[in-house]
Amino acid sequence: MSGITRRGVLGAGAAAGLGLVGSRQAVAAPSWNGPAPEPGAQIRVLRWKQFIQAEYDSFVANTKKFSEKTGVKIRVDAESWDDIRPKSAVAANVGAGPDIIFGTLDDPFKFPDKLIDLTDLAEYLGEKYGGWYPVARKYGMKDKRWIALPHGATGGTLNYRISAMRAAGFDEFPKDLPGYLKLCQGLKKIGKPPGFALGHATGDANGWTQWCLWAHGGRTVDDNNNVVIDAPETVAALEYAQQLYATYIDGVLSWLDPSNNKAFLADQISLTFNGISIYVVAKNSPEPALKAIAADMDHANMPIGPVGHPTEQQNILNTYVYSFTKYPNACREYLRFMWEKEQVDVWETASGGYVAPPLPAWNDNPIWTADPKTTPFRDVLKFAQDDGYSGSLGYASAATMGDFVVVDMFAEACTGNQTPKAAAARAAERVKRYYQI
Amino acid sequence: MTVQVQTVVRARPARRRETARLWDNRNFLGLLFMLPAALILGVFLAYPLGLGFWLGLTDTLIGQPGRFIGLKNFISLAHDTVFWLVVFNTTLYTIVASVFKFVLGLYLALLLNRRLPFKAMLRAIVLLPFVVPTVLSAIAFWWIYDPQFSILSWSLVKMGVIHHFIDFLGDPWNARWSVIAANVWRGIPFVAITMLAGLQTIPPSLYEAATLDGASALQKFRFVTLPMLSPIIAVAMTFSVLMTFADFQLIYAITRGGPINATHLMATLSFERAITGGHLGEGAAIADAMVPFLLGAVLFSYFGLQRRRWQQGSRD
Repeated sequence: MSGITRRGVLGAGAAAGLGLVGSRQAVAAPSWNGPAPEPGAQIRVLRWKQFIQAEYDSFVANTKKFSEKTGVKIRVDAESWDDIRPKSAVAANVGAGPDIIFGTLDDPFKFPDKLIDLTDLAEYLGEKYGGWYPVARKYGMKDKRWIALPHGATGGTLNYRISAMRAAGFDEFPKDLPGYLKLCQGLKKIGKPPGFALGHATGDANGWTQWCLWAHGGRTVDDNNNVVIDAPETVAALEYAQQLYATYIDGVLSWLDPSNNKAFLADQISLTFNGISIYVVAKNSPEPALKAIAADMDHANMPIGPVGHPTEQQNILNTYVYSFTKYPNACREYLRFMWEKEQVDVWETASGGYVAPPLPAWNDNPIWTADPKTTPFRDVLKFAQDDGYSGSLGYASAATMGDFVVVDMFAEACTGNQTPKAAAARAAERVKRYYQI
Repeated sequence: MTVQVQTVVRARPARRRETARLWDNRNFLGLLFMLPAALILGVFLAYPLGLGFWLGLTDTLIGQPGRFIGLKNFISLAHDTVFWLVVFNTTLYTIVASVFKFVLGLYLALLLNRRLPFKAMLRAIVLLPFVVPTVLSAIAFWWIYDPQFSILSWSLVKMGVIHHFIDFLGDPWNARWSVIAANVWRGIPFVAITMLAGLQTIPPSLYEAATLDGASALQKFRFVTLPMLSPIIAVAMTFSVLMTFADFQLIYAITRGGPINATHLMATLSFERAITGGHLGEGAAIADAMVPFLLGAVLFSYFGLQRRRWQQGSRD
């Protein structure tokens, strides 16, 4: 990932997209020749619980359409992300449960041998829709085999109040770290502080702390999974975070994922890291106060640090099929159907920009441009890095994130509980326990 | 041929007699009647417990069979600073919460044992915190302790007692006391109602005799109530300590173990390492490490609080 710039990625993506479109028109669109679903197939799907009802309804409508077309019966259950993780693990362990899981992040990398090979399908989709973004490829492939299909990401961006940013002396959102720190200090000064979760908030706390670590060139492990978090780059990231923390609203150390939504919508903070949910809630609310917040807020991608390229961490939605399924062909065909643009367009529109695309050709949906405030969410997977960056995904990366090692390291340093150097050393000890198994 | 037939004919009544005798055998019948319960206990209690112990001695990852690694998980945990912090948190949480639950629960039981108007209704109300699902009460406490929206902080600010909202869950020590308070609130009804049941079994004649002997209220409590109640206290506190030590839901819903692992308990850490992190072996080892503490608590309650002589009013 090093050496990649946002502009570079955009340019390359556009060029690749144009090239692909051109070449496809000249040659032929890739066709799918997978086997037909098994007769009488019945599939159980477990997916993440919806935050936006219209998104879920659209997902179910697409599923129903598939059932009507193929005769495959599908039951869809929904659970919260945190509950899907243990359930997917149990299903893998006991060899029974849902056939397909629409889950998150590196879960499939914990039991890759229990999943069916999706290589043919992933390659077909990649070829048809402009090639998977690098981070999507990383979350889908184990060695040279696709074990999962990324469905997108519930993108996180910086949510900010436009009026507060202007009052703090900025006409547009800063794109570098010094400017960003200055903005945070300005917001604190005008009494509209930023607020970023530093408790055990899976999405929000990991989102901004991993970004900060990576932006300064820090990493938990190197390309060969050697633990390298106890490094000057990490210390620099922690020192920078200490300055940011000084500007935050009180209490962020206890914040879980919903805390910043509440604080932003209550006009207590003017800047935070979150998905599009704050904006959607404010925009669709009948309350004038919330509508005013929606009108006064916007989104920005995370600033770029000394490494010179985007370093965002995103909540990837990852889908996988267990090898214990009796109907592997039906499962593959169902996934293909759901990933085809005809269905995706309907689903993306209903979700109102909640799920960022993993494939460039999904980007032309008007939902991403009709309201410019949603556009930053569209591109998050272009700029994201994977959780185990820059090592491989698997048990160790999942455990390191699950144990909140990076979040705790930032919390220790920010609060003065440990010096940045000591916090980095303590984190290294914790990470080593996982990577040395 | 004839001989064989005769043998068979003779054997049948003999076998029947033996079977009939077996059905009359108290020991056999006792064993037979206990079998379903033993099977249930074996399948749902002993087997998972045994499996948990075994997993703790392996390097099992989710979805992959592990190999036997002896005590490596425990040795690794012994060098894990987070594990020792969590042991400290769990011990503090259990001791402080149990003491408060005992004192307040007993006090509440004594109050409810008096002649009060609307006694039945009051007793039902006391049970409410215990009846509400833990997750719901945890979410309520999460709001009560919220750094921005806390009703407690808001009230104190409005009354002019404080000027800034209290950071209940953001400061490690504040967070520890806050979750302990939530646990105490939730656990008091169980202790109170159990103690109340015990109080009602104490014969009034004992109090009458003590009154005739000129005993003060405190002496009646010390030499009649407490000794007579001690078997109930032993049972109630054993259960209370076990439930507090193995608490999971309250912590998971309010803090997820934060801030900086200050409220992580052994049960939450075990879940986090085993399920979220995928290291079933290590998670099981943490759960196994709870057993000596739990056994210690049970033995203390059993031997410490059930001393016969003490119950009979002797000094020991």
